[in-house]
Amino acid sequence: MRGSESMAEATVGIGGLKYDHRKRYRPPELNVFLALVLIVGVFELLGQTMPYMNGQSFLFDTQGRFNSIFNEARLQIIILQVAIIGIIALGVTQVIITGGIDLSSGSIVGATAMIAMSFAQVAEVNGNPHTRAVFFEQGWLDLPIIVPVLVGLGCGLLAGLINGLLIAYTRIPPFIATLGMMVAARGVAKWWTKGQPVSFPTESYAAIGAGMMPVYIFIGLAVLFYLIMRHTVYGKHTYAIGSNMDAARMSGINVQRHLTLVYTIAGGLAAIAAIVLSSKNLTAQAGMGVMYELDAIAMAVIGGISLQGGRGSIIGTCLGALIFGVIISGFTFLRLDAYYQEMAKGAIIVGAVVLDQWRQRRAAHRM
Amino acid sequence: MSEYILETRSLTKHYGGVHALEDASFALRKGEHVAIMGDNGAGKSTFVRQITGVEQPTRGEIHFDGTKVEFSGPLAAREAGIEAVFQTLALADHLDVPDNLFLGREKTKWNWLGPFRRLDYKAMHAETLAALEKTGVKIPSIRNTIQFMSGGQRQCVAIARTATFHSKLTIMDEPTAALGVQETAQVENIVRTLKEQGEPLILISHNMRQVMDLCDRIVVFRRGRICANLIARDVTGEEVVAYITGAKTQPDYSTEGAT
Repeated sequence: MRGSESMAEATVGIGGLKYDHRKRYRPPELNVFLALVLIVGVFELLGQTMPYMNGQSFLFDTQGRFNSIFNEARLQIIILQVAIIGIIALGVTQVIITGGIDLSSGSIVGATAMIAMSFAQVAEVNGNPHTRAVFFEQGWLDLPIIVPVLVGLGCGLLAGLINGLLIAYTRIPPFIATLGMMVAARGVAKWWTKGQPVSFPTESYAAIGAGMMPVYIFIGLAVLFYLIMRHTVYGKHTYAIGSNMDAARMSGINVQRHLTLVYTIAGGLAAIAAIVLSSKNLTAQAGMGVMYELDAIAMAVIGGISLQGGRGSIIGTCLGALIFGVIISGFTFLRLDAYYQEMAKGAIIVGAVVLDQWRQRRAAHRM
Repeated sequence: MSEYILETRSLTKHYGGVHALEDASFALRKGEHVAIMGDNGAGKSTFVRQITGVEQPTRGEIHFDGTKVEFSGPLAAREAGIEAVFQTLALADHLDVPDNLFLGREKTKWNWLGPFRRLDYKAMHAETLAALEKTGVKIPSIRNTIQFMSGGQRQCVAIARTATFHSKLTIMDEPTAALGVQETAQVENIVRTLKEQGEPLILISHNMRQVMDLCDRIVVFRRGRICANLIARDVTGEEVVAYITGAKTQPDYSTEGAT
């Protein structure tokens, strides 16, 4: 059916070739988008019909609080609460497209947040010297914002580089390599201050994650990596490696170097998430980012990224992140306990993969 | 310039004690289509692996396009102009036709961006269409990902790859073994197109009709040695089978023997 649709649109090119200028078939992202609309619709409907909700709207502004038809506060919260994990998910998406997995991103967030924050502390708190600052004795206080940002990025990139080198050159499975990094980086996060939280960042550092900044950073990075994955050699090779590693190797792609680069970039994105998160919370703790890796993987999977590799897109992951945000907001909106939220999230992760596999089989059958 | 595109002299490959290939002297003229036949384990694939750089020979020389070559890997052979279509297709399932044709040698813009240099989709699409026309491959839409294509179409894409880069020699290892009747015909047509364009080809096949149809010369391997060098139009299928099975031998074959 899809085939005949596209044939109708196809133009006959040179040599009697049919050349279809349109997209070849319904992109999988469209299904994720429809799922998002469906979930929003369900919350809207429940809000209108449940007796205890008094006909409140999930999505629309019914009380005239905003200058638009939408409930802008809710929309902002939906994106804001997934923006930071969304940044991690952008990197995890690339790793999964190569056919790998990254379990270490949550721990990298923890370690990077601790280390970056310790370089961003103020000298004086309420007029008194900040004696509990990590580098108080060295006098590394009130440093310009560039220092903690570069240190943080360096930590994330280094952790990612170690992941990449292990996976590409020792050929151990990505699951094992990143599991090791997950445990080790969490250790670093605790060791850095012997378990003490790090607080009181400089004003400029605190501005990174203030207000809607995490959302803007997430959107900016999402657009950047969408373009990279779609329009650069890096993106094409990432898909090729996930699709058929032997073919990629025989085509002359330096698979080892490329995998190293992918994991390094994923580490860098986890570091950006860590900087934004610690800035937003105005503190860093060793337990930061626990389970973020799984949430990031779940966002990618809901967004149609295949764990077998080769399939999926940044747009899918962004939609997956939005579905996450809508569910969290929706349950709060319906005043349901967080327990149900987690159960629903779990069901949606599994359901998304089941639906996707079923769709894949059907598409293969039809051809 | 020599009249031969490929010449091997006493090419030998031993895997430990196994003599997979022994003293194979072979020559291929420019524009000539030669079939390699032989029973399983006769040394055909071993021979191909040496000249495509997948393995390095134990002994012997390979001369390609007039110069002695020693390929360190398949990529080196490819850069020299030897393009092989293997039984296991080296295609990425989730990419479309131009992506596959240009995999590893994409056309790019903004090259100063290093690994993040921009893909020139427009140029790659145009060249893909040109390559498909040259080889006579017909595919409904080049924007389709490979995963949903039939075996024949995939094989065609793999063959079209060789035409895109103006390779000097194409090697096909049983290109139709897994294909249906129609698809086989499609692939054979492409081989004929290559012949008309004077592109030299080495075809490994078990299909006698196909070999008789498409090739000028048949080289028979048996037990790691070249045992016969026959002109396709001068022999019958029965004779070739006799050589393959060892019922008949050609004691004084030579690379120059057939013209």
